[in-house]
Amino acid sequence: MRALDFERPIVEIEEQIKALEKEAQDNKVVKQALMRLKERAEELKQHIYSNLTRWQTVQIARHPDRPHAVFYIHHVFDDFNEIHGDRNFRDDPSIITGFAFLNGRKVAIIAEEKGQDTKDKIYRNFGMPHPEGYRKAMRLMDLADRFNIPLISLVDTPGAYPGIGAEERGQSQAIAESIRKMLKIKIPFVSVIIGEGGSGGALAIAVADRVLAMEYAIYSVISPEGCASILWKDAKKANEAAEALKLTAKDLKEFGIIDDIIPEPLGGAHRDPVMAMNNFKEYVLKHLEEVEKLEPDKRLILRRKKYASMGSFIEKEG
Amino acid sequence: MIPFFKKKKQLPSGKDRKEIKEELFAKCEKCGALYYKKQLERELWVCPECGYHFRIPARKYVEYILDEGDFEERIGQNIYANDPLKFPGYAKKLEGYYKKLELNDAALCGTGHINGIKVVFFVTDFKFLGGSMGSVYGEIFLRGTRKAISENLPFISLTTSGGGARMHEGIFSLMQMAKTVVGVVELNEANIPFISVVAHPTMGGVMASFASLGDIILAEPGALLGFAGPRVIEQTIRQKLPEGFQTSEFLLEKGFVDDVVSRKELKEKLTFYLKHLGGENGRSKTD
Ligand SMILES: [Zn+2]
Repeated sequence: MRALDFERPIVEIEEQIKALEKEAQDNKVVKQALMRLKERAEELKQHIYSNLTRWQTVQIARHPDRPHAVFYIHHVFDDFNEIHGDRNFRDDPSIITGFAFLNGRKVAIIAEEKGQDTKDKIYRNFGMPHPEGYRKAMRLMDLADRFNIPLISLVDTPGAYPGIGAEERGQSQAIAESIRKMLKIKIPFVSVIIGEGGSGGALAIAVADRVLAMEYAIYSVISPEGCASILWKDAKKANEAAEALKLTAKDLKEFGIIDDIIPEPLGGAHRDPVMAMNNFKEYVLKHLEEVEKLEPDKRLILRRKKYASMGSFIEKEG
Repeated sequence: MIPFFKKKKQLPSGKDRKEIKEELFAKCEKCGALYYKKQLERELWVCPECGYHFRIPARKYVEYILDEGDFEERIGQNIYANDPLKFPGYAKKLEGYYKKLELNDAALCGTGHINGIKVVFFVTDFKFLGGSMGSVYGEIFLRGTRKAISENLPFISLTTSGGGARMHEGIFSLMQMAKTVVGVVELNEANIPFISVVAHPTMGGVMASFASLGDIILAEPGALLGFAGPRVIEQTIRQKLPEGFQTSEFLLEKGFVDDVVSRKELKEKLTFYLKHLGGENGRSKTD
């Protein structure tokens, strides 16, 4: 397992445990030492992971071993069938779309995928979609809406891609149209921020009846690095910027931007992916069932109302 | 120090020559020509030499586009930013803008007439934190679109926004993208014409939400329009961008704006579309 700087002490102690376990077979003394070490490891994990700074949370959200969308799709859903392309320009591998079953029920899936190894990351463009990715997502929204299939989106992107082709093919227009579409479709729609919710590129698939976030996920208008370089002309001050932006799942829940937090294993989904997937499934089903109870028209009215009332301002007399 | 020289430099107003010069003259950023400000005022701040569009405040657009002295029922003029993140330096910055610009935020909205046709006009001011979209901006927009629906008036937005969503309000700003699009969807369903005018620059979250969803989208010439800023793109792709990339003319060629219109012709162009989409006296819907 690859470790972040602040995780080093945990990894070191875990390595010691592994080494001792080999010797421990019949040796009582070693066994006792092992027990103490395990207790110590637990304490250390509790201590480190319960006191994360926002910047450390950002690093977990971007952890190299963190489960990505493809992992969720294959471990939570059954019989996934992918559909490709925007029927106009090309297929954008940064966004995966398709149909599957969740606990026996039909669902449609839109997911941003950052890629696993280097080759896959390049193929996925590090999860930074082009306009055709959002246009493919819109195709799926339409299909899901017409055939009454509940929609689930998985958000994990540093942001929509800033490139020549992306601008030429209307990145702004694609994102704007996608937001509009999500405010028109009537099917139940649950969106989950599973890792990084990077600005407009994330919102473009996350205007939903319920928006959930994994415990160590983040969601922000700008990356901490980008914010730091604007504010202090120094991307290295991302630590302070992350604090200022208040971008953790806990922050978002307090602000009323997201509806629920999906608990992760201590230290992040990658430390116990099975548990993370089970929690994800449980929470998504719960929220899906709740919004499914609503009449389609009512559901859409409530969705619009939610976004119409977002913002924080003061109204003065006069 | 020779008093004679000092005395000569000091003009009656107490201002030095440089200040006087800045007060009276303006230089075109594109061709370098120097003009009396009074002359540029008559030209709606379009360079007579090269056609460069100077950036102008929201209130100037009100003056140039709406019929004379006709901007009433200001919408959302009593709402103020709440600094929900307690973001470093934000509150202080806002205070400065309130005083200097006499605006409650980057957006100004109200009803008025364009060649006699009553409209709701929403316009933003670049000088107020780069014309960025925060909670107040989003709220003013939505109140504006709803006013248009309740009174059956066409809705016009005119934007200048450097960064799009306002960083200082974090996630709340991002949500304004969805909030303003709720306004657009409601306009669409009420069959109210929505004309989006994009001026220099309109970028990021503003361009990637309501500004790109006008029934008609008009751009001022030479404006920078797009999603990502040119510097961010250059850093990402590690190469220089071609000349004219992300300009109004570029977007026209790529098919993302309907027309590029000089500021001097904007009022007449708007009048044409208002009549065409809405009828001679504003809206004449036959349903
Ligand atoms: Zn000029």
